[in-house]
Amino acid sequence: MEALSPTMEEGKVVSWLKQEGEGVKTGDVLAEVETDKAVMELQARGDGVLRKIVAEEGATVEVGSLVAVIAAPDEDIDALLEEGAGSGEREPGRQEQEAEGEQRAGAPTATVAPPVRTPGQPSPPPARPAPLPETADGARIKASPLARRVAAERGIDLKIVQGSGPGGRIVLRDVEAAQAEPPVPPPALALRDEGFEDAKLSQMRKTIARRLVESIGPIPHFFLTTEVDMERTAEARQALNALGEEPRISFNDIIMKVIAASLREHRDCNAWWQEDHIRYFNEVHLGMAVAIDEGLITPVIRHAHQKTLRQIAVEARALAERARVRKLKPEEYTGATFSVSNLGMLDIDQFTAVINPPEAGIVAIGSITEKPVVVDGAVVVRKRMRMTMSCDHRVIDGATGARFLQTVRRMLENPLAIVW
Amino acid sequence: MAQPATYSALDAERGDFYLHLLRQMVLIRRFEERAGEAYAQGKIGGFCHLYIGQEAVAVGAIAALGPADYIFTSYREHAHALARGMTPRAAMAELFGKVTGCSKGKGGSMHLFDVSTGFLGGHAIVGAHLPLAAGAAFAAKYRGSDQVTVCFFGEAAVNIGAFHETLNMAALWKLPVIFLCENNRYGMGTALERASAVYDISQRACSYDMASEIADGMDVLAMYDVTHRAVDRARTEGLPTLIEARTYRYMGHSMADPIHGHYRTKEELEEQKQRDPIESFKARLLDEGLLDGETYDQMESVIADDVDDSIRFSEESPDPDPDELFRDVYRD
Amino acid sequence: MPTITYRDALNQALREEMERDPNVFLMGEEVGVYQGAYKVSRGLLEKFGEQRVVDTPIAELGFAGVGVGAAMVGLRPIIEFMTWNFALLAIDEVVNAAAKMLYMSGGQIPIPIVFRGPGGAALQLAAQHSQAFESWYAHVPGLKVVAPATPYDAKGLLKSAVRDDNPVMFLEGEMLYNTKGDVPDDEYTIPLGEADVKREGSDVTLIVHSKTVAVALKAADRLAKELDVSAEIVDLRTIRPLDTAAIAQSVQKTNRCVVVEEGWPFCGIGAQVAFEIQRDAFDHLDAPVLRVTGADVPMPYNKKLERSAKPSPDAVIDAVKQVTYLD
Repeated sequence: MEALSPTMEEGKVVSWLKQEGEGVKTGDVLAEVETDKAVMELQARGDGVLRKIVAEEGATVEVGSLVAVIAAPDEDIDALLEEGAGSGEREPGRQEQEAEGEQRAGAPTATVAPPVRTPGQPSPPPARPAPLPETADGARIKASPLARRVAAERGIDLKIVQGSGPGGRIVLRDVEAAQAEPPVPPPALALRDEGFEDAKLSQMRKTIARRLVESIGPIPHFFLTTEVDMERTAEARQALNALGEEPRISFNDIIMKVIAASLREHRDCNAWWQEDHIRYFNEVHLGMAVAIDEGLITPVIRHAHQKTLRQIAVEARALAERARVRKLKPEEYTGATFSVSNLGMLDIDQFTAVINPPEAGIVAIGSITEKPVVVDGAVVVRKRMRMTMSCDHRVIDGATGARFLQTVRRMLENPLAIVW
Repeated sequence: MAQPATYSALDAERGDFYLHLLRQMVLIRRFEERAGEAYAQGKIGGFCHLYIGQEAVAVGAIAALGPADYIFTSYREHAHALARGMTPRAAMAELFGKVTGCSKGKGGSMHLFDVSTGFLGGHAIVGAHLPLAAGAAFAAKYRGSDQVTVCFFGEAAVNIGAFHETLNMAALWKLPVIFLCENNRYGMGTALERASAVYDISQRACSYDMASEIADGMDVLAMYDVTHRAVDRARTEGLPTLIEARTYRYMGHSMADPIHGHYRTKEELEEQKQRDPIESFKARLLDEGLLDGETYDQMESVIADDVDDSIRFSEESPDPDPDELFRDVYRD
Repeated sequence: MPTITYRDALNQALREEMERDPNVFLMGEEVGVYQGAYKVSRGLLEKFGEQRVVDTPIAELGFAGVGVGAAMVGLRPIIEFMTWNFALLAIDEVVNAAAKMLYMSGGQIPIPIVFRGPGGAALQLAAQHSQAFESWYAHVPGLKVVAPATPYDAKGLLKSAVRDDNPVMFLEGEMLYNTKGDVPDDEYTIPLGEADVKREGSDVTLIVHSKTVAVALKAADRLAKELDVSAEIVDLRTIRPLDTAAIAQSVQKTNRCVVVEEGWPFCGIGAQVAFEIQRDAFDHLDAPVLRVTGADVPMPYNKKLERSAKPSPDAVIDAVKQVTYLD
């Protein structure tokens, strides 16, 4: 069936003007076909004999499908007829292209059920951008974009600001007049004595779900795992803590320090995927996933590469504590250039963490366990730790990630390298 | 009703010229047949208006022009482009929407352009290119050049305001322009008699005190002679002419429209095909010994190869680069 | 610096460009013998002759198309519409021919043409003679749209328009022809696509063009005196291409914006400007962008009704009060 109009998708054979067995010449009218526009003539496109009529009178057939076969009187047409039975096969033409276009335009974006989170699963990334602030009863706070921005810059919680604009809108002058006060804690989960618990989705939970889908979905992940000998790190930690000064240094603090130092050497891992570009950072702002009652959040140690181990230890504790009481300011949990998730304290040997977009990588730290390994030809018991790096392949290639992990491993196996 | 100019006598001295005219007409017909086929296969999109039946008009008229003259046409213009020397490749690739087309695939069947030969376009708003043609003629006069502009349009365009406004200004300002009306009897599916109070289109010129002629649009030599006289008038006296070429369209208005049906009968179509411009001219040349069967077959075979080549070339040519989308909106 | 009228500034631009380039000619109704319906072309016929200053029949579609056709083969026509109200008869040649020729010819045929004439309401000319069509033409890719407010801008922009290789719609203000301003003797041009800050301010941006520049200046004086509000006035001068950087820059400074235009509100220039602002200056906005436009009605004849159908300083002040939360 030929396309006899720009919009024709199918044609109805009104009548055949040639009979099977009749000779035809190019240009002869074979049949009358009703298109979406008019009754048109279907003309022969070659000379021969009308051997077989496939589409009977009255039949409606798709453009591109077989309607009849013109061939030499003795030519074998079985193969043609067979092929035609599968039909609709022709070179992609107008109709197909348009149909494709419609599909593209009209297709809903794939709906993905929010992943069910089970205990032990890696922590999903925190919310970014920050959800719009809400009042204590969950109503949206009305504020001008400028007021929002200025409030965020000055650490003023819009919940405590009285709006003077139409409908209570908070405008610039209101923010300027307001005093910063601690935010009202969120309402506790409603518990009921039943076989199950219905917990209303908090804004944070919604955001986690959305972000997780966003991450698993479009990001081409790949994973690199390496096992690290932690003997010397353990010795170093012990020696530092033997000094008796607060705070005590945790393995996590050392790992953070090492990763920050390594990222300085591997800027190609310290980057954001920006859809139309990649942003590489000279500074390292290291996110650390912290589990809290409502879920998790990733506070950020800013300029981590410039900070001493002690500074990192102090800051990490303070941030984790503020995270647990939900007092983090937006700027304290946004803007990480790379993240670390540590489930070692929960006895997880090894896991993969989910990338926190637009960051390009995250390292998942497992527990430190004693296991037999071969050192210099002898089996000995050593403290070993597995770490797995999740990489956004759009930014980080296999070897790039591997080289970065190698640096991390070498530093952990020889902590003096931190000061080298 | 006025009658068209009669057959011009053949001049044995001009055998090569006649063969040139015949070759162009056959090229146009084969090109259009293959375009129709490619359209049916979905390789050509949008609207596609074929010229089959009217070949003598474009070929005869354009043969009377000089190399620096300007041509404007409507959207049924593949023939005029070919007659003006556009290669089948450049024209067919444009129909295919390929970057190798004369308009980089951005114009399509209705918008063929080639500035290098003064072929100033396929225009797809009925009648709206008449003022443009007068503008080119105005420019020629302004610059004191002797360029002539010829504007082809269908008989349905004579009822739109632009026709009157333009003929008036062309006569008033004495512009070297030829308005060549291709009267193929039907504006889409409406017969001339059902659209125009005056059937004799050449008479419209009287309103503007403009010279006019009627030509047999199925006779390529008549078209050549009539146009030649108008070109002389424009070039030497700077005066416009309205030519009515009486011709016939074998195909539907566009590929999407029926060839016959409610608006005309199959019998009428068959009767008109007896006046076929190619067959009749070929027969005359054979009769007078200016053409032999072998030469003709050879001509057909070369043309078939050329058109085949244009299809192959168009199929193999790339689509325009995606960046082309935003190019040529403004000239920097 | 000499002080001359907007009309004479345009006349100077035409004269200078026609002297500079023999391919430039002026065509339109009454441009020659009659010296121009609004006397913009006064003296040009005498200077350049009837070859280059061409009186036409009343046939807007026809002579607009003649202009486009002449531009297709290398001339640089200036087509005068007696008013833009009549130009609707020619809109096919502008939109379907001039704006698209370069594109549909695959870049072969530029159209260096200027369509110019007075637009907007004058005084009691009623519905068919009181219309501002900037947004109609600005909608069309391939066209440039210019609407100057002062003699200085009118001259500099018209000269650039004549030298531009694209179709330029040059909408003059009928009520501006007699307004005066400083215009230097020395040759100058003003690039198309650059807005001009007509008054610096810090509390609110008034985005205006053509006749609404004067409305905004009056409003700004009163805002300063009566309400201690400092208004910045950004004159777009060119509607397309739109100077989005200048708009964003000003709104980022003042955080509030009112767009003032003479045309109707629906799909008007202000609608586009407001979109650009929410995209480029969202976090800087302390209030929604408001608009002051011509009333959404055909222009009435009655003097009082007509006055209330036009943008006024009062309407601008009311809008400014709203965006600064002073009402």
